[in-house]
Amino acid sequence: MKALRKLLDNIKPHVSKGGRFEMLHSTYDAFETLLFVPNKTNQNGVHVRDAMDMKRNMIVVVMALVPALLFGIWNTGYQHFLALGQEVTFLETILHGVFKVIPIVIVSYLTGLAIEFAFAQMRGHEVNEGFLVSGMLIPLILPVDIPLWMVAVATAFAVIIGKEVFGGTGMNIWNPALLARAFLFFAYPAQMSGDLVWISGLSTMEGVDATTGATALAAAVEGNIGSFPLWNSFLGIIPGSIGETSTLAILIGAVILIFTGVASWKIMVSVFLGGYFMGLVFNLIGINSLMQVDAIHHLTLGGFAFGAVFMATDPVTGSRTETGKWIYGFLIGLFAIMIRVFNPAYPEGMMLAILLMNTFAPLIDHFVVDANIKRRLKRAVVKA
Amino acid sequence: MSEVIKIKKGLNIPLAGKAEKIFGQSRLPDLFAIKPTDFKGVVPKVVAKEGDAVKIGTVLFQDKYHPEIKFVSPVSGTLKSVIRGERRRILEVIVESDGKDEYVDFGAANPASLDRDAVINRLLQSGAWPYLRQRPYDVIANPQDTPKAIFISGFDSSPLAPDVDFVLTGQEDALKAGIEVLKKLCPEVHIGISSDAASKVFNTLQGVKLHAFSGPHPAGNVGVQIHHVMPINKGEKVWVIQPQEIVSIGSIFTKGHHDFSRVIAVTGSEVEKPAYYRYRLGASVEELVAHIKNNTSLRFISGNVLTGEKITSDGFIGFYHSQITVIPEGDEYEFLGWALPGFGKFSVSRSYFSWLFPKKEFKLNANMHGGERAIVVSGQYDAVLPMDILSEFLIKAIMMEDIDKMEQLGIYEVVEEDLALCEFVDTSKIELQAILRKGIDLMIKEMGA
Repeated sequence: MKALRKLLDNIKPHVSKGGRFEMLHSTYDAFETLLFVPNKTNQNGVHVRDAMDMKRNMIVVVMALVPALLFGIWNTGYQHFLALGQEVTFLETILHGVFKVIPIVIVSYLTGLAIEFAFAQMRGHEVNEGFLVSGMLIPLILPVDIPLWMVAVATAFAVIIGKEVFGGTGMNIWNPALLARAFLFFAYPAQMSGDLVWISGLSTMEGVDATTGATALAAAVEGNIGSFPLWNSFLGIIPGSIGETSTLAILIGAVILIFTGVASWKIMVSVFLGGYFMGLVFNLIGINSLMQVDAIHHLTLGGFAFGAVFMATDPVTGSRTETGKWIYGFLIGLFAIMIRVFNPAYPEGMMLAILLMNTFAPLIDHFVVDANIKRRLKRAVVKA
Repeated sequence: MSEVIKIKKGLNIPLAGKAEKIFGQSRLPDLFAIKPTDFKGVVPKVVAKEGDAVKIGTVLFQDKYHPEIKFVSPVSGTLKSVIRGERRRILEVIVESDGKDEYVDFGAANPASLDRDAVINRLLQSGAWPYLRQRPYDVIANPQDTPKAIFISGFDSSPLAPDVDFVLTGQEDALKAGIEVLKKLCPEVHIGISSDAASKVFNTLQGVKLHAFSGPHPAGNVGVQIHHVMPINKGEKVWVIQPQEIVSIGSIFTKGHHDFSRVIAVTGSEVEKPAYYRYRLGASVEELVAHIKNNTSLRFISGNVLTGEKITSDGFIGFYHSQITVIPEGDEYEFLGWALPGFGKFSVSRSYFSWLFPKKEFKLNANMHGGERAIVVSGQYDAVLPMDILSEFLIKAIMMEDIDKMEQLGIYEVVEEDLALCEFVDTSKIELQAILRKGIDLMIKEMGA
């Protein structure tokens, strides 16, 4: 450790202001603080501080995403060989998944971090940790057959237009990862929807019935939800975006997030409540095949669970007041199922529901803050 | 007092080094100082000259804009030096003790036989007036005002804080006399007491209203107590004072001179035997911390770890403090600190594995544990602030310098100590107390105190 510290101390003058490699200052700083927690001590205000910092915060979220990632890797291989009708070993399944998924993760991180570093240097800021999470979220909500260059373009779009134009981490209005997906969905619909993209290599397979590649939601539109029993969609052995299929793996992540206190349980619970409520209402109406899907089953399909646990809970783009969180989450669940049911062309409503509520979160907060102000005013009048 | 006000939000930071309820032996030091920086909004005008002989109660300096508010020497001897900082701002007025403890005699008097003006005059003359602080804003009370009430917190819930009951034991008579004086200033005297331990000292007082509080810090913050009993609205003023200061006020009337004795708790993980000491206001801490022999760098704090002031090992106890805390400075790099399991790191979140030891007392240092960031995590502040105040929005209003919003969101009800816990838990490492003080300064400038 001492040798490493010494090396860093030796490099420092060169990248500090006035040094030859000043343009690498933010990059150096990012690596230095990654390797060593700085020796800076509190000077004003409190003398001791909670050990939690943004790096730890973000790394906990990444850890919570690992079960979904691992399952996604396995499922990618499993679905591939299932469509081919081949029996293979567990190792082969995993290897196929690794070769398909890891490049997407790497492209997402490289593109995003390069842009983050450049912006931090331009603005003279420290590099923010926010992209550690976004960089993992983006691959997990994409179909596995997505071309890598599209991943790069979408990531660049999300980071620049979604985040940096607003001032960086903490200032953005919409969830960057979802923006990446929305961008791809509207720019390249052929690679983002349909029945061919969800299983790796399906479009090039010969003699395989393309309908085997339909997602559960696409099947439900046709009234074929029966081929996707609740248990299968809960475990996640169905076609879909890389990380979103297994409700179980996502719930493991949810437990990590809630137990560590990193994400709001209020939002998660209220999203599921909202979705369940809407599902029940539609069950009662029941005029199209999606309305007849069982309300609980709805919650395990598509990106609902993934969105509820990892996307809606993004504190920057979500509601920031505790009361607001209940309303915000409930409405996300409600709209997700509503969009899904009323939009047969694209039954995945979670992405749009969250982006919509991201837009309205400040409005919800405004009303909560206003209520607080009114309480205070009322008190003054009563006393006078 | 029948019903207990339950404080649910908050946090008791499990720090190592709580003072045992015994008195340690220590002589008084040679140097004493009154620090003008302890008094917010005061522009000091030094009255005595360097080399002047002073007694206990001799005026050292006064407020330039309120010359009737005087700050007096806590010891007899000679005025040694006036230490100035940047732009000649006065930092410390240092008096060297002659060990004789001669005092200015104001004559004993029964507060009951004096009228309010006479009481105020005596407090101003004897240098006791600065004990009375005003909410909103946490500035010295204006002698021309009549407050809505006087509020006293009868217990201190801050980290490693002294036990007020233990401190006051044996000083009940002076306390009673002091309370009588306060009642002359404002008949409404409220005391917040802890429901956990029956307070023998406060329960026997006559003519005061007691309110019992339970729950974690900041339940003992007087601002939190006021918020739950009589929240401060625009234009209202409540005066606050600390228990040991009431004893001092009592002494001015019973003994006729200003007694600056203080019981000081010496606490913190680096103190060998944390204990209480009979000491004096403004005294140098060197006698109390002389025994600490440690080669690593240490942080000496006058006050507690949340709101106290950084001092040197021969610095002086702050005017409003009755506690000294010594913790490790923590100014070293830590390899991959954010990625380690962190068994010894305290966090309210359970993201470090220290949650495996719920009973553990931590040896926290002054390291920031990360860099300052934009506000990202939400709901953190609310979880440790037991007030109906949306602190994040208040802080943002202050940053925007939006006076209307600051007022609407309750800036009259909070002072720095109330947001100290928010600052402690903040993942983004923002200096909330400093921001709040900026907001308060702006309010005073625009609206007047």
